[in-house]
Amino acid sequence: MATVALQSLRKSFGKTDVIHGIDIDIADGEFIVIVGPSGCGKSTLLRMVAGLETVSSGEVQIGGRRVNDVEPMDRDIAMVFQNYALYPHMSVFDNMAYGLKIAKVPKPEIAERVETAAKLLQLEPYLQRKPRELSGGQRQRVAMGRAIVRKPAVFLFDEPLSNLDAKLRVQMRLEIKALQRELGVTALYVTHDQVEAMTLADRMIVMNGGVADQIGAPLDVYANPATEFVAGFIGSPPTNFLDAALVGEQGGRIGIRPEHIRLDAAGRLTATVGYAEALGAETLVHLRTEDGTQITVRQDATLPIPGEGESRGLVWESASAMRFDAEGRRVAAG
Amino acid sequence: MADRNGMVEKRGGGLWLTHLGLIIGVAFIFFPIWLAFVASTVEQQAIVRPPMPLLPGDRLWENYSKALSAGVNAPVATMLVNSLIMALGIALGKIAISLLSAFAIVYFRFPGRKIFFWLIFLTLMLPVEVRIVPTFEVIANFGMLNSYSGLILPLVASATATFLFRQFFMTVPDELAEAARVDGARPMRFFVDILLPMSRTNIAALFVILFIYGWNQYLWPLLITTDPEMNTIVMGIKQMFPSGDDIADWPVIMATSILAMIPPVIVVIGMQKLFIRGLVESEK
Repeated sequence: MATVALQSLRKSFGKTDVIHGIDIDIADGEFIVIVGPSGCGKSTLLRMVAGLETVSSGEVQIGGRRVNDVEPMDRDIAMVFQNYALYPHMSVFDNMAYGLKIAKVPKPEIAERVETAAKLLQLEPYLQRKPRELSGGQRQRVAMGRAIVRKPAVFLFDEPLSNLDAKLRVQMRLEIKALQRELGVTALYVTHDQVEAMTLADRMIVMNGGVADQIGAPLDVYANPATEFVAGFIGSPPTNFLDAALVGEQGGRIGIRPEHIRLDAAGRLTATVGYAEALGAETLVHLRTEDGTQITVRQDATLPIPGEGESRGLVWESASAMRFDAEGRRVAAG
Repeated sequence: MADRNGMVEKRGGGLWLTHLGLIIGVAFIFFPIWLAFVASTVEQQAIVRPPMPLLPGDRLWENYSKALSAGVNAPVATMLVNSLIMALGIALGKIAISLLSAFAIVYFRFPGRKIFFWLIFLTLMLPVEVRIVPTFEVIANFGMLNSYSGLILPLVASATATFLFRQFFMTVPDELAEAARVDGARPMRFFVDILLPMSRTNIAALFVILFIYGWNQYLWPLLITTDPEMNTIVMGIKQMFPSGDDIADWPVIMATSILAMIPPVIVVIGMQKLFIRGLVESEK
């Protein structure tokens, strides 16, 4: 159990800067999700905390101790990799025990810790198997088991679920969250999947091009995105953006979430209905305004679905419209 | 399996033709070996007088024990031991050195890494025969003529094996090395605990190839061993040939040839399973 602090953390590979200074204080036991599109530097950030990448400038602290130049093994962390990185020639037991063996933990204690972890992860029947004899979900569990047995202060997850199928992903997501709660360990979790980010995070860091665009609780980030990028990245279907001029306002762009727009006979804006996707509980209606802006409206399934080619007015509350300036920064309403 | 059966059924009569072709091929290769075996079991006179016998005689025991204990210049048993030490030394030495150099090249970033790799790669173009004079000079100056180290050391460096292991190591996911690092394994620990077991089948395949390479060395042992006690078997056979008016003891020479074939055959058969797996399967 430990706090983690990143202070103006920067990373450059040669002359290219990939992380442009990140600051965050992570509380003990907090679950932090780092989310962003590929190439935004989220994995690099995690690997810097792990000690697998050097720090170009700034500071990484774990448990109040500066660890910039500390080897990964001495940082009191454990990491779960995207492709699991299990040792193919070792049994599940040996895979989990390897770190402890190196740390010269006495044998009976190793056995006990591995068995406890195996019980927690329902891996007991597979302890003597080789990784290639396991399914994807089981391998994932072994990778987590390997992290658990070390009793680290911080868990690091690098897109751990992206190799699983959709159903398993949902299940493992819940398990990871439950596990982290149960163990009370601080966790850093990297993903490009915003649903994972929303569901797992106590707080999330939305990264964009090496910068933390916003750090905050998932619902806060959803309701009050700090930049146009965050508004577009978090939420599915994404926020609709339109030029402010289109609705007679000055400069910049306006973002409105699909669930905040209502279709009516007439409204602030007129648009032509494209196609509609009925998802059961809700319907997504795609429209196009006169100037060609694509708009998606999420409406309740009980509402009538407009026919293709029909004209509809778009209605929204002024309060739900988010205003962004030319640089994509949020501008206070009014 | 099912597919293969299907294929065979379709071909029907072609199958017999294929087998016939293969049998003829095998017989073609095997016949000289059979002749050698027959010649090693008969008396000297039976070989010299045509026609050559095609069935084994009754002198097997006498000829082989004579070869093993006395030979012509040196007892074959001694030469076999010499060959074995040399072949094992070359095979194991080459594997150890190439594993370590491949490990260094793939996993460590040091100045001149590329240059070293290409230097190693360049030596592929310089087989033993090309650099034999300078190598001989070096070994002679080190006083390693007529010694096992002289037989083994110059042949130990191997670009081929280094290259092979380099290619294999590069297919090992980086995350494995990182996971080991997080687990606290120092580089050599990672090498011994993770990389080495993963390369097992590659090592086995390479061992078979290199053992035979070492066993079949001819020119190099011929140059640096002047003492018959240090002769290796492959060159030893040639040394048995008569010079001038001596009479060749053909049955003993043939017995020696047959004996010289046995260890490589044992190695190949013994390691066949691992060998084939190493060639076809890339275990991840």
